Amino acid sequence: MTTSKDCNAQQTAEAGARGPSVRSDCWVRITLTETGGVDLQLKTKVESMYGEATRKLVRDVLAALGVKNAKVEIEDTGALPFVIAARVEAAVRRAGLDIGEGYVPDFAPGTEYGTKRDRFRRSRLYLPGNESKFMINAGLHHPDGVILDLEDSVAPSEKDAARLMVRNALRTLNFRGAERMVRINQGERGLEDLDYVVPHNVHVILIPKVEDPDQVRQVDDKIAAILKAKGIDRPVFLMPIVESALGCIKAYEIATSSMNICALTIGLEDYTADIGTQRTDEGRESFWARCQVVNAARAARVQPIDTVYSDVADMEGLRTSVLEAKSLGFDGKGCIHPRQIAVIHEAFAPTAAELEKAQRIVAVFEEAQKKGLAAVSLGSKMIDPPVVKRAQHTVELAKAMKLVD
Amino acid sequence: MTDKLIENAAGRMVPAEINGRPATPFMGVGKYHPSGNKAVPPIRTCADYPVDGNKVVDSIATALKNAGLRDGMTISSHHHFRNGDKVANEVFRAAAQTGVKDLRWFPSASFPCHAEIINHLESGLIHHIEGSMNGPLGDHCATGKMRGMGVLRSHGGRWQAIQDGEVHIDIAVIAAPTADPFGNANGLTGPSACGLLGFALADSIYADHVIVVTDNLIPFPCIPWQIQGNNVDQVVVMDSIGDPEKIVSGTTRITKSPDRLLISELTAQFVRDSGIMKDGFSFQAGAGGTSLGFAIYLKEMMKEAGIKARFIRGGSNKYLVEMLEEGLTDYILDGQTFDLDGVRSMRENPNHQDTSPFTSYNFHGKGCFASMLDAVVLGATEVDVNFNANVVTHSDGRLLHGIGGWQNCLAGKCVILPIPSMRNRIPVIVDRVTTLCGPGELIDVVVTERGIAVNPRRTDLLEAVEGSDLPIRSIEEIKTEVDAMCGGPPATPVLCEKIVAAIKWVDGTVIDCVRQVLE
Repeated sequence: MTTSKDCNAQQTAEAGARGPSVRSDCWVRITLTETGGVDLQLKTKVESMYGEATRKLVRDVLAALGVKNAKVEIEDTGALPFVIAARVEAAVRRAGLDIGEGYVPDFAPGTEYGTKRDRFRRSRLYLPGNESKFMINAGLHHPDGVILDLEDSVAPSEKDAARLMVRNALRTLNFRGAERMVRINQGERGLEDLDYVVPHNVHVILIPKVEDPDQVRQVDDKIAAILKAKGIDRPVFLMPIVESALGCIKAYEIATSSMNICALTIGLEDYTADIGTQRTDEGRESFWARCQVVNAARAARVQPIDTVYSDVADMEGLRTSVLEAKSLGFDGKGCIHPRQIAVIHEAFAPTAAELEKAQRIVAVFEEAQKKGLAAVSLGSKMIDPPVVKRAQHTVELAKAMKLVD
Repeated sequence: MTDKLIENAAGRMVPAEINGRPATPFMGVGKYHPSGNKAVPPIRTCADYPVDGNKVVDSIATALKNAGLRDGMTISSHHHFRNGDKVANEVFRAAAQTGVKDLRWFPSASFPCHAEIINHLESGLIHHIEGSMNGPLGDHCATGKMRGMGVLRSHGGRWQAIQDGEVHIDIAVIAAPTADPFGNANGLTGPSACGLLGFALADSIYADHVIVVTDNLIPFPCIPWQIQGNNVDQVVVMDSIGDPEKIVSGTTRITKSPDRLLISELTAQFVRDSGIMKDGFSFQAGAGGTSLGFAIYLKEMMKEAGIKARFIRGGSNKYLVEMLEEGLTDYILDGQTFDLDGVRSMRENPNHQDTSPFTSYNFHGKGCFASMLDAVVLGATEVDVNFNANVVTHSDGRLLHGIGGWQNCLAGKCVILPIPSMRNRIPVIVDRVTTLCGPGELIDVVVTERGIAVNPRRTDLLEAVEGSDLPIRSIEEIKTEVDAMCGGPPATPVLCEKIVAAIKWVDGTVIDCVRQVLE
C-alpha cells in the first residue's frame, strides 16, 4: 500500500509504477478535493497518438467511480486502456472511496469462450497478476492454459491492485482459446479474490497450498454463491495445488472434495521445504509426492498435472523433465516463459509407437462395439476399459496436435 | 523560409529544392531514367606523389591542410565502426582549429558517439549533415536546429548520389583498421577490425582527395586492398581509430523476447512453407534481434529438409558464419560484419566475400545483387494498410533511424517485414505511414505476432501458402485488432511546417520528407 502517510491519509493515494525501467504501465496519484472538479495532469509517452484518448478514458473512469473533485496526476509509459483503468481504480480505492464493483470494462471480442472439464491441460503459463505486459500477448503462444496469478508473484502491498488488473485482463484480453485460469491467494484473501474474477469468465481457479478438503469446499461454495447472485450458468472448475507433506498425504480426499475439480497439481518448492530438504534436478526427494498426486488424481478421475519447470534457459532440461512427468503419469506441466510451451507440447505428444498401438486398440474396441462384444481383445490379449480410455485419449491428443487426420 | 513543395508520384508533398539545388520528385518505381555520364574524379599524376610510395603525413590537421580544406567543402566518412568511431570526431576537431565554416558532413551514417558534432553544427563549422543520423544528431535535426536540410539516402542511394555527381566529395576520410603507407587498406585485421570497408569504396574512387587514417600501419603491401592505394592521397596514423567493443560485438545475442522469437519463427515458416526455401535459394537477413532469430529458425528448417542455399547476404554474424561452415550455404556475400566471428570468417574463408553498395545496391548500375535475392527480411517502424513502410521516423514523427540498405533490399523477390504489431501502446500498422520510405508495391509480406499479412498483389504467394498452417490474415484485420486493444486508431501527430530532412529513393528522387517535431 503506497498511501501517503501525511495528515490526509485517506485522501491521497497512489497506484501503479513509474521509473526508467517501467513500460506499458502507468502511475497514478489521486488527491481527493472538496471542490474544483477533476484536475487531470497527464504525462504520457504516447501524447501525440493517445493523449486525448487517455484523458477521456481517465475522466470516464473517474465519473463511473463517482469521483467528482480530485487532483489526478498520471505518468504513463504506454499502458493499454484496461491497464490505465485498473490503475486509476486502484488509486481511487486506496484513497478510501467505497465504489462497489468499480469500473468493469465490457467483455472484448475473444473473451467469452468456454472450456471443458476434460480438455487438454498439457501446458499452463503463469503470468504475474500485477504485470500487464506479460499478459497481453500470452495467448499468441498457444498454451493450453494461462494462469493470471494473484498469489506468489504479487507483492503483498500490491494484492489489491493485482485483483483489478486481473479482472480487467479477463474482460479485455483474448487468450485465443487458452483456458482462463486464476491462482487465488490462500485463506480469507483468496476467498475475497473470487469476487474479482468469478463474474468475468474465469474457467479454472487454482487453489494454493491445499491441505484439507474444507479449503476446496469453501472456495467452491463461494464460487457457487457468486455465480448464483450474478445469474451466471456455467461451471468454474477447480485445480487444487498440494504443496506440503500433509497436502500430499490427503491428496485423494482433496481431489474428491468437489465435483468441480478438473485437475490436481503439485508445487514442489514449498513441498521440499516442508519435508526438510531441497529441490534437486533429479527430483528423488519429490518422487513419492509426485506419484502420490498422480495416483490420487487418477483415482478421483481428474487430471494429474506436474509442477512448474523454472529454468527458462534450459530447454533440454525442460524436455527431460516433461518426459519424466509423462512417464510418471502426469498430463501437464507448468511453465513461466512462453518459449517453454512448444517444448512441453512436443514432449507430451504421443510417440509414433504409442500412437500406433493406441490406434490399434481404438480400432479393435470400435470393431467390438459394432459387433456388440463385451470383451475386447488385441491378438491374444484382453484389453481392459482403462487401457481403451487411455488409447482414446492418446489418439485424440494426436489429432489435436495434427499428428494424424 | 517556406519550402516550395511538389506532389510526387506517391502522393507525398516534397521539397522542389534541397539546400539550394533542384530536386527531382519520386516518379514511381523504376520510372526515372536519367541520362548523361557519371561523375569523374580529377586526373592525377604520379609525378606529384612520392616515388617510394610513402604517403604518410604526421596528423589529420596536416592532411586537411594539404587537401586544401576551405569553406563549404564536403567531407565524407564511413560507418563501419558504428558507435565505436573515433575518426570523424577527430577530423572535425582538427577542422575547427582552422577557422573554416559551412562544411557539409557526408557520412554513410552517424551514431551516438558523434554527439559532439552538434557543437560544430552550432558553431557554424558544419552547415548540415547528409547521411543517416542516429541518436542525438537525429534529435538535433528532428527538432529543426540544423541550418540545412538533412538528406537521408540508402546505402545504394549514397553510391548513386556520388556516382551521378549529385554529391561531390571534396575530402574523403577513410578510417582503416589496417593500411600500408601507399594507402592500400582493409578492415580484416588490426585492433579496430571491422571486416570490410565497402561503404567507403565510392568515396575512395570519386572524391577529389582521399585520406586514409589507420592505427595499424603495416609495410607495403596491405593485402587484400579493399581500398586501393592508387586512389589515396595521404595516410595518417592515429593511436586509436576506434573502440573495438563498439565496432563489432564479441558475441551476437539473439532476442529473448518471446513475441519477437515468435515473429522470427513465423517468418522462417513462411519462407519454408511458401516454397522459397529450396535448393540453391538465397536470402538476406540483417543483424537485428528478429532477423537473427529468423536465420536461426531457418537454419534448423534447412537442416531438417536437407536444403542448401547458394548464397546469403549479410550483415554477417556468428549464425550466418555457422551456416557457411556447416555447408548450409555456398557463399556469404557480406555488406558489413557485425561480430568477431564475421570478421574472422571473412579473413579466413574465401567463400565469405566482401561486397560494396556498388555490387549489391546501386540502382544506377547494370543490375545489382539485391534484386536476385529470393527472400529479404527487413525491419520497419511502421507499415500501412497499403504495405507502404517507414523505417526512419517513429509514429510521433521523430527522426530516429537511417535507411541503411533497407530501400535497396526492397528489390528482392520476396520482401518480408517481420515486425511487432504494436510497441507498448503504439500500433505499428497504420492508415498512412508517417514517412514513406518504401512503396507498398515492393513489400510482399508483413509478419506480426498476430498473424501474417500477404500483399494482395502477390497472388502467387497467397496461393503458395494456401492450406498451410500459417496464420494468414489480412493486414486490415490485424490493424483492427491492434487498434481495438490500444483504444482506437492513433491520432495523427501534429508536426511543424519546417522540413528538416528529405528522404531519397534509390534513384535519387525524393520520395518523402521529415518535418520538424513540436517539442
